[in-house]
Amino acid sequence: MSAYLEIRNLSAVVRGTGERLLRGVSIALEAGHVTGLVGESGAGKSMIGKAVLGILPTAVEVVEGEILLDGQDLLRMPPDRRRRLIGATAALIPQDPLTALNPSHRVGPQITDRLVDILGWSRADAEARAQALLDEVHIAEPARVMKSYPHELSGGMRQRILIAAAFAAEPRLIVADEPTTALDVTVQKQILRLIAEMQARHGTAMLFVTHDLGVVSKICQDLAVLYAGKVVEQAAMRDFFRAPAHPYSRALLAATPQYTDPTGSLRPVERDVLDTVEAEIAADDREWRNGQAGP
Amino acid sequence: MARPDRKGTPLYEVDNLHLSLPDMTAKPLIGAAPRIEILRGLSFTVPRGAVMGIVGGSGSGKSTLGRALLRLLEPTGGNIRFDGHDITHLPETRLRGLRHRVQMIFQDPMSSLNPRRRVGGIIAGPLRRHGFDRVEARVAEALDHVGLPRDFARRFPHELSGGQRQRVGIARAIALSPDFILADEIVSGLDVSSQAQVLNLLERLVGELGVTLAFISHDLSVIRRLCSHVIVMHRGEIVENAPTAQLFEAPQAAYTRALLDAIPLPDPDQPGW
Amino acid sequence: MRDGRGQIRRRAGLRLWLSGGWLALVLFGAVFAPWVAPQDPLMQDLFTSRLPPFWMEGAEPGYWLGTDNLGRDVLSRILHGARIALIVAVSAGAATCLIGATLGLIAGYFRGMADIVISRLVDIWMAFPPVLFAILLIAVLGTGLTSIIVAIVVIDWTRFARVVRAEAMNQGAMDYVASAQVAGYSRLRTMLVEILPNVLPTIGALLTLEMGISVIVEAILSFVNLSIPTDDPTWGGMIAEGRQAIHQSWWVLVFPLVTLFLTVLSFSQLGEGLKDRFDPVLR
Repeated sequence: MSAYLEIRNLSAVVRGTGERLLRGVSIALEAGHVTGLVGESGAGKSMIGKAVLGILPTAVEVVEGEILLDGQDLLRMPPDRRRRLIGATAALIPQDPLTALNPSHRVGPQITDRLVDILGWSRADAEARAQALLDEVHIAEPARVMKSYPHELSGGMRQRILIAAAFAAEPRLIVADEPTTALDVTVQKQILRLIAEMQARHGTAMLFVTHDLGVVSKICQDLAVLYAGKVVEQAAMRDFFRAPAHPYSRALLAATPQYTDPTGSLRPVERDVLDTVEAEIAADDREWRNGQAGP
Repeated sequence: MARPDRKGTPLYEVDNLHLSLPDMTAKPLIGAAPRIEILRGLSFTVPRGAVMGIVGGSGSGKSTLGRALLRLLEPTGGNIRFDGHDITHLPETRLRGLRHRVQMIFQDPMSSLNPRRRVGGIIAGPLRRHGFDRVEARVAEALDHVGLPRDFARRFPHELSGGQRQRVGIARAIALSPDFILADEIVSGLDVSSQAQVLNLLERLVGELGVTLAFISHDLSVIRRLCSHVIVMHRGEIVENAPTAQLFEAPQAAYTRALLDAIPLPDPDQPGW
Repeated sequence: MRDGRGQIRRRAGLRLWLSGGWLALVLFGAVFAPWVAPQDPLMQDLFTSRLPPFWMEGAEPGYWLGTDNLGRDVLSRILHGARIALIVAVSAGAATCLIGATLGLIAGYFRGMADIVISRLVDIWMAFPPVLFAILLIAVLGTGLTSIIVAIVVIDWTRFARVVRAEAMNQGAMDYVASAQVAGYSRLRTMLVEILPNVLPTIGALLTLEMGISVIVEAILSFVNLSIPTDDPTWGGMIAEGRQAIHQSWWVLVFPLVTLFLTVLSFSQLGEGLKDRFDPVLR
C-alpha cells in the first residue's frame, strides 16, 4: 500500500546554532486517513505540519529527508511549483480561531478568494461553494455570515468557518494544528465531531497535531508520539490505547487527565522514563553528527 | 504554622453575590456606560480546610468570582463574609490588614513574576511588605515546601521551566501562611507531565499546611483529582454545588452532565462520542 | 463577554470631534485665507501698530486679535500662516509615511536580508542628532518650502519604519498569514492584502502624529529663520517676531503659539481617535 503523504528521515535545525528540532522523522499517511501527531510543547509536532505545508519560520532549516506528496518530493521542487501544488492540494486548519481569520476582511472573501485567485473558479461558483460549505458546517444563514467581519462572530463559529474554508477547494490533505485547543470543552466536542464528519465525507487525508491523547482517541486512525523532535512510537490508534509500547508513551498516557480514573491518571512522568528517552536521543544525535561529519 | 483547629467551620460565606462591570465598548458620548451582569446572585460557603473547585466555560464568571472573593473587585450586591468579617465593601485601607491572609496564584507564571527580580526577592517581597520577621528563613522554607532547591532563590524567572515558575508562584503565596489561596487556572498552560507534578504538590501542601484553597479550572478531570467540593458555573450563576464524589457519581444539573460528556477521555470506545 | 464586544460599533469619541473640528477650522482658514482674512497680512501701517485684541481698551474693529509693531493684522497673518503649516504637514507627512511605512512593512514581513539591511540603516540614521541634521540639510539645499519638506522626510522616515516593522512582525505571526501562504498566494500579495490592512490603523495614527511634528519642525525652522525666504507669514516666524515685543504686545506671540499648540495637539488626538474608531479589532 503506498502512502499519500510520506515523510522520510526529516531533520530540521535552528539556522545558525544547529540545534536539532526534528530528528529523522518518518511518518506515512494513507489517503483518507487521519494520523495524530502527539507530544508536549517543544516536541516538534507542529513543526512537522509546517514543514509539509512549507510555512516553517525563517529561523528553521530542513537539513535532510524527503517529504513525498503523492510520490513527488516537495523539498526538491522549485519553490514556485511547490507553492502552487500545496495551494491546489492541501489546506490548514489553524489553532487559534481568533488570529486565523484576517480581522480586516469580511468572512466571505476569506473563503472564496483563493478559489478564484489560485484555482481559477468563477466568482459565482466560489460564492455558491462557500455557501454550501457553511451550510455543511451547520452555520445558519450562511449568506449573512459571509458578509460579517470575524470579530462579530463567536469562537466556535469562527472555527467552523475555518473548517469550511479548509475544505472549500476539496484538498486531498489537511493539516489540523491543535484546532480545538482554544475552545471550551462543549464546543470542542462539536468541532471534533464536525471535523471527523467532514473528513469522512470528503475522504481527506489529515495530519492532526495535538497535545491531548483524549482528542487523538476520538479522531485518528494512527498516531505518532513525539519527544524532542523524535518519533518515539508509531502505532494504529486502537493498538496504542490497548498497549502503548514505548515507556514514554505509557507515561504520557498515565499523565493525561481522566475524570473517570482520579487515581490512575494525572501521574507525573517518572524521572527514569525521561532518562530513557533522553539517552535514546543522545545516541541518535551522536550517530547523526558522525554521519554529517563523514563523507 | 499552628492555627486553632476549626476545620469545617465556614471561612467564606457568600450570600446573593452580584457583580456587574461597565461595558466601555458601548459607552455613549456623554453619560454612564451600560453595565454587564457577570455574577447573578451567588450563594455558597467555603468550609475551612476545603479544596473548592470552581469550574465553568469561558465567560461563565468563574475568574470574576475569584477576584471578588479576594476583593480585587467590589461586588455590586449581596455580601461576602471572610472569617466572620463582612468584607463586601471594606475600603482598601482596611482590606490591607487582611491581604496577607488571602493569597492568589496566577494562571501565567511568566507574566506574574517580575522578570527583573530574583526568585528570592519575589518571594520575600510580600513578606517584607506585611512586616513578617525571619524573612530569609521563611523564603527558604517556602522553597522547601514546593520542592525547589534553596539556591533557586538567586535565579531569575526566565532561567526556570514553566513548571518551576509555577512552583515559585505557589511558594510566594504560601510563604505568608495565608488562610486562603485562590488558584486561577494555574495548570492550564502547562504540559500534562508538569500539570501532574503541580497538582501533586498542591495536594500535599493543602494537607501539610491546612490552607483553604479555591481552585478555578475549566478542566473537570483536574478538579476531580484535587478538590473536595465543586461549584459549577454557567453564565454567571451556580448551576451545581456538591461534594466532588457526589458530583461525579450523580451530576444533577443538565449543564454539568453536558460538561462531563464533552470531555474527551483517552479511550477510543468512550460512550457518547 | 468576548462575543458581545465586537458587536457594538464604537461611537466617535469626544476627542475625535474636538480635534477634527479644530483641524477643519484651520483647513478652512488656510484654503479661504484671501477671502476670510479681514486684512492684507503683509500690509504695514504704523498708525495701527500694536493694537490690542478686541476685548481690550484701544482695540479697533477689523483687527480682532490685534496687530504687531509694524501694524500687520495678527489674525490675518495666522490664517495665511496656516497655508504653509498645512502644506508642510500634508506633504511632509505623506512622503514620510510612504517611504517609512513601505520599508517597515518589507522589513517586518519579509524578514531575513531585507530586514537586516533596513534595520541597520535605521539604526545608523537615528544616530544623527535630528535638529542639527535638519539645519545642515537646509544649509546644503538652501532655504525654501521644498527644502523643509525634504528635511522632515529625511529625518523622520525612521519613526515609521521602526513602528510599522514591529507591527508587521506581529501580524506576520498570525495564523491567517500562514493560511494565505498555504493557499498558494505570493508573499507580495500576502503583504499587501493580509498584513497592510491590519497595520493601517497604526500607520494612520503615526501619520497624523507626523503631521503635527511637521508643523512644529516648520515652526522651529521659521523661528531660527531657516524656513521660507519670502515675507509670507509663518507661525514660527510670527512667534520669533512676537518674542521681541513680548512686553509691549504679548498677543503677537501668544495667538500664533496657541494656534500652533492646538493644531499639533489636534493632529495627535485625531490619530488616536481614528485608531479607536476604525481599528477592526478593539484592543
